[in-house]
Amino acid sequence: MIGVELYKVFRRARTWISVALLCSLPVGVAIFVAVTHLAPPPGNGTAFLSAVLQDGSLYPAAALALVLPVFLPVAVALMAGDSVAGEATGGTLRYLLIRPVGRTRLLVAKLAAILAFVLLAVVSVTVTSYITGIALFGSTPAAAVGRSGVPRGGIQAGGAATSLSGAPLTLMQLAERIAGAVALITVSMLGVAAIALFLSTVTDSVLGAAFGALAVLVASEVLVTLNAATSVQPYLPTRYWLAWIDFFRQPVFWRDIERGFGIQAVYVAIFLAAAWANFSTKDVTG
Amino acid sequence: MIVTRSLTKHFGAVLAVDSIDLDVREGDRYGLLGPNGSGKTTLVRMLLGLVYATKGEIEIMGQPVPRRIGQVLPQIGALVEEPAAYPHMSGRANLRLFDAAGPGGPRRTRSQRVDEALERVGLAGIDRRPVKAYSLGMRQRLGLAGALIRQPRLLILDEPGNGLDPRGIRDIRRLLIELNDTGTTIFMSSHLLAEVELLCTRVGILNAGRLVLQQDLAELQAPTGRILVDTPDPARAVALLDGRVEGRAECGEGVRLVVRYDDPAELNVRLVGAGVRVTEMAKQRHSLEEVVLKLTGAGSDEIGGAGQ
Repeated sequence: MIGVELYKVFRRARTWISVALLCSLPVGVAIFVAVTHLAPPPGNGTAFLSAVLQDGSLYPAAALALVLPVFLPVAVALMAGDSVAGEATGGTLRYLLIRPVGRTRLLVAKLAAILAFVLLAVVSVTVTSYITGIALFGSTPAAAVGRSGVPRGGIQAGGAATSLSGAPLTLMQLAERIAGAVALITVSMLGVAAIALFLSTVTDSVLGAAFGALAVLVASEVLVTLNAATSVQPYLPTRYWLAWIDFFRQPVFWRDIERGFGIQAVYVAIFLAAAWANFSTKDVTG
Repeated sequence: MIVTRSLTKHFGAVLAVDSIDLDVREGDRYGLLGPNGSGKTTLVRMLLGLVYATKGEIEIMGQPVPRRIGQVLPQIGALVEEPAAYPHMSGRANLRLFDAAGPGGPRRTRSQRVDEALERVGLAGIDRRPVKAYSLGMRQRLGLAGALIRQPRLLILDEPGNGLDPRGIRDIRRLLIELNDTGTTIFMSSHLLAEVELLCTRVGILNAGRLVLQQDLAELQAPTGRILVDTPDPARAVALLDGRVEGRAECGEGVRLVVRYDDPAELNVRLVGAGVRVTEMAKQRHSLEEVVLKLTGAGSDEIGGAGQ
């Protein structure tokens, strides 16, 4: 069944179009920056963007920071919202269930397909932006590393192939850290997917499920910036979304990263359990 | 094959299915009739484990449903309301996916299974057009192919004739009878009384969620002990038959009399012997339509007005 779901996802033009769109935004931004050489000043605008002028190999991090706040969650929420509600609307859900595909099994397969999509999207963005970064901004050889920035704690950049804190990174370290960032972003998107998947089992409306999940994220984003909501902030789904930036500090600043993984694990567990409980006892009338 | 006991389903305050005791025997061609909204689809969905009963039991092939639904469903092929397929893929791709989604059957014979199922429903020459370009009749045939792909022991079909033209309906009827002859039990719901009369051996009639009748069709259509006599000489016939005439109606050039009499041959001899001309004579049988209309009220799609 997982194979069937993967086949369905990767045979749809929609999947590849959304991945292409996700990849093209960072490419477009890179072209603008490369042509004008106007990057936002350190500490302002998209994370890392000021750093990539010196070193293109850091561009994947900037690209991820570009797509993470809106593009990626919208794509994931739509796909996860579609997963069960879309089958119900199309009438194919009842035929899958009487084939028979067990309800739990169907949910697991849907989840696997979503995970594959998220990984495809994040890895594609990383790879295309790495290529773009190297092509447009060049890569300073590791030997030239050493110019240290002023560690100020905020998002700012020092020199080439340099961590946010100014210390140099080897190519291996950079690869490891990008992999770590990809992992945290994937897990964060799974949190979004779990919410959308749950809503998808509740309603037969794809848009209802997708927008419901996005509404949760928007509400969370509002509360994250609200000082009065400090007491609930550690539990908000988007609170540690940007914690992957800490992978690019030297040494890696683990506290928020760990919390980020932790809180997403909790969200994924709760909403998948709710989705399972709802779906496995539900009357399928669509 | 299918047995239910006091099967009941509430949707909130609405009682959709009301303590139904269904009995479908192995080898039956069972037709489930009833007005719109009488609970046919809900009943079908409960048999397939899509909707959970509020009360009562279901047993299919001796197994309790929905508890053992995983063991029962692989032996069932079904069509629930309209057929459904992924519109952007071809019919063949849809069948392959459907086949791959569930248990049983090796991958290497998948193409063969798909081809056989398509051939059975008259779609052997199907091309690579996506399903969204299919006509209603083609979609219906594709849905049937999906139901047949696993060579099920039991077919549960909700409105199998939907969207088909007369030739399509005849093709499907022949196919179902052929499958039934080779041991497949068929349980279908339909609006089309004539279709059920031609196809089924046993009928159940639902009205407002209750099973108001369940009988072999032959029994239901057995002679009523009345004989219908068409004659241009009604007065002489009535005089001769003396109190046995129970009804009369104008009919073409003459009058149709309903006569209580056991043997039509003997009645004919008597009438003709007395010089009463007879243009037509037949044993009276209840038509399925009479029975259904007598037992059921207006469907849920008829609101107020002249109904009932």
